[in-house]
Amino acid sequence: MMTTVIETWALRKQFGSTVAVSDLSVCIRRGEVFGFLGPNGAGKTTSVKMLLGLVEPTSGGATVLGAPVGDRSCRARMGFLPEHFRFHDSLTGREFLRIHGRLLGLHGAPLERRIDDLLARVHLLEAAHRPLRQFSKGMVQRAGLAQALIGEPELVFLDEPTSGLDPLGRVLVRELIEELRARGATVFLNSHLLGEVEATCDRVAFVKQGRTVHELSLKESTAALEVELKADRTDSSTLNGLRNFAHDVRLDGSIVRLRVKSENVVPEIARWLVGQGIGIHGLGSRRKSLEEWFIEVMGEDQRPG
Amino acid sequence: MRRVDGLLTIAQLTWLEARRRRIVLAGLLCGLAFLLVFASSVYFAQHYGTPAGTVSLLQQQMQLQVVTLAGLYAVNFLVVALAVMLPVDSLSGEILSGVMQTIASKPIRRAEIVIGKWLVYWVIIAAYIVLLAGGLVLLMRLITGFTQQHLPVALALMWLEATVLLSVSIAGGVCFTTVTNGIIAFSFYVVAFFGGWIEQIGVMMGNASARYVGTVISLVSPTDALWRLAMHLIQPPAMAQVQVTPFSPASVPSAAMVWWAVAFVIGVLAIAVRRFQKRAL
Repeated sequence: MMTTVIETWALRKQFGSTVAVSDLSVCIRRGEVFGFLGPNGAGKTTSVKMLLGLVEPTSGGATVLGAPVGDRSCRARMGFLPEHFRFHDSLTGREFLRIHGRLLGLHGAPLERRIDDLLARVHLLEAAHRPLRQFSKGMVQRAGLAQALIGEPELVFLDEPTSGLDPLGRVLVRELIEELRARGATVFLNSHLLGEVEATCDRVAFVKQGRTVHELSLKESTAALEVELKADRTDSSTLNGLRNFAHDVRLDGSIVRLRVKSENVVPEIARWLVGQGIGIHGLGSRRKSLEEWFIEVMGEDQRPG
Repeated sequence: MRRVDGLLTIAQLTWLEARRRRIVLAGLLCGLAFLLVFASSVYFAQHYGTPAGTVSLLQQQMQLQVVTLAGLYAVNFLVVALAVMLPVDSLSGEILSGVMQTIASKPIRRAEIVIGKWLVYWVIIAAYIVLLAGGLVLLMRLITGFTQQHLPVALALMWLEATVLLSVSIAGGVCFTTVTNGIIAFSFYVVAFFGGWIEQIGVMMGNASARYVGTVISLVSPTDALWRLAMHLIQPPAMAQVQVTPFSPASVPSAAMVWWAVAFVIGVLAIAVRRFQKRAL
């Protein structure tokens, strides 16, 4: 049974006269990898901070792991990698993980074993004795990832987790997200890299000016399947007929664009057109990329930052 | 148990940071350098200063007492600087850089973060006072044979004075940026210093208004009053009464000032915790 891990309703945060988040309403289910998309300044990071209890909401409400937002005991079941991954850089990699493990209530041999496993997993075992200030940007981010995972969290917030990583590091993040998904953890992913979101997320929400404006399921993305038709007759009766096969029919110049539920509909459309005596010059289906969705939802004036 | 766990982990983190950033080492080396300079000056004054037999034993004891008080005055200033500077960047820097985000997102009370840091700095300051003031008195004894009386109570008052400044600097770190915090915390000490002088002048001149203003300033910032009380208690009563040295206060704060300072520290820490709990990180 799908249980809700995060639920927010009209969550709002205002700093003085500046509205950072105006209306965040999302529902995230256990085991989901959820992408949170929006241009710079859309309120994504503030939203994450509210869910973690780092920022107090001005109004609205939220529950995280079944408890009111900010609940201290629930934070033991969460992991967090912040956007600007700055840590106590005088600590060695091992000390850094040990301190964060202890803050989660872990101790002794189990903690040391967990540290060893994670250091090996993020390829930092050999550098574990060096202070973080001697690490490269990518190494610090990988140490931050290990920190986020040290308590084997049920819910992980990753805010731009690959911003400092090379392609191999990005593959590592994707693998870690897959591992989290496999063990039933929920991942809340903030990222500007739409390709990465598309490859890892089950569902995404688009945020614009502090408001969730659209949600999209990527795994069952029937809404994203678009059919392009070039025919010798595109009058209103043809378009009305096509509406029997699609939930959205638009005439874009000489091309008819349809949103269909399944690719199986395409041959049915072809049969119907032939039956109507309409000549087909082109008929094909394709999935809309997340970038196209982003531009459509955000408007032409907005671009992922 | 969990509360103590979080507090101890923050304390451990703060101690590791202080050690790795060479704060402890710098304090130790600068303190030893100060003691070396002080010992040299005392040695030369003792061996090449006033020829033997030209002053009475009483005068000699008074001179040695004044030298010790002057040394403790310098120690007090170093301790004040440490109490202000040690925590000045601790909270504000970590908030500004974002370091605090991963810490505060853990299942830990924000009060534990504030108090854990405060405790470590408090202990470092105590060790610094013992090292400098204790070393100074020990050197005086080794070089001149002079034994300082009532040292523990004076050191305790200096520690309380530094605790007031430490707490102000910690609280400022929650509300202000590092530089602003440093300016405010140090001004807090300077204002008390001049407030103390206004009070002294008021007493000496018999001006009730000046004395009143000085007392009010001491209540707002009790650091100088604690120092004056320490100096009064440490010197022989006769010497304190005749006020022949700059270290013999004309106006001696009452013991109630100690309790006021303790309440002040508790109040400032409570404000720091409260503000930090509400602070967006």
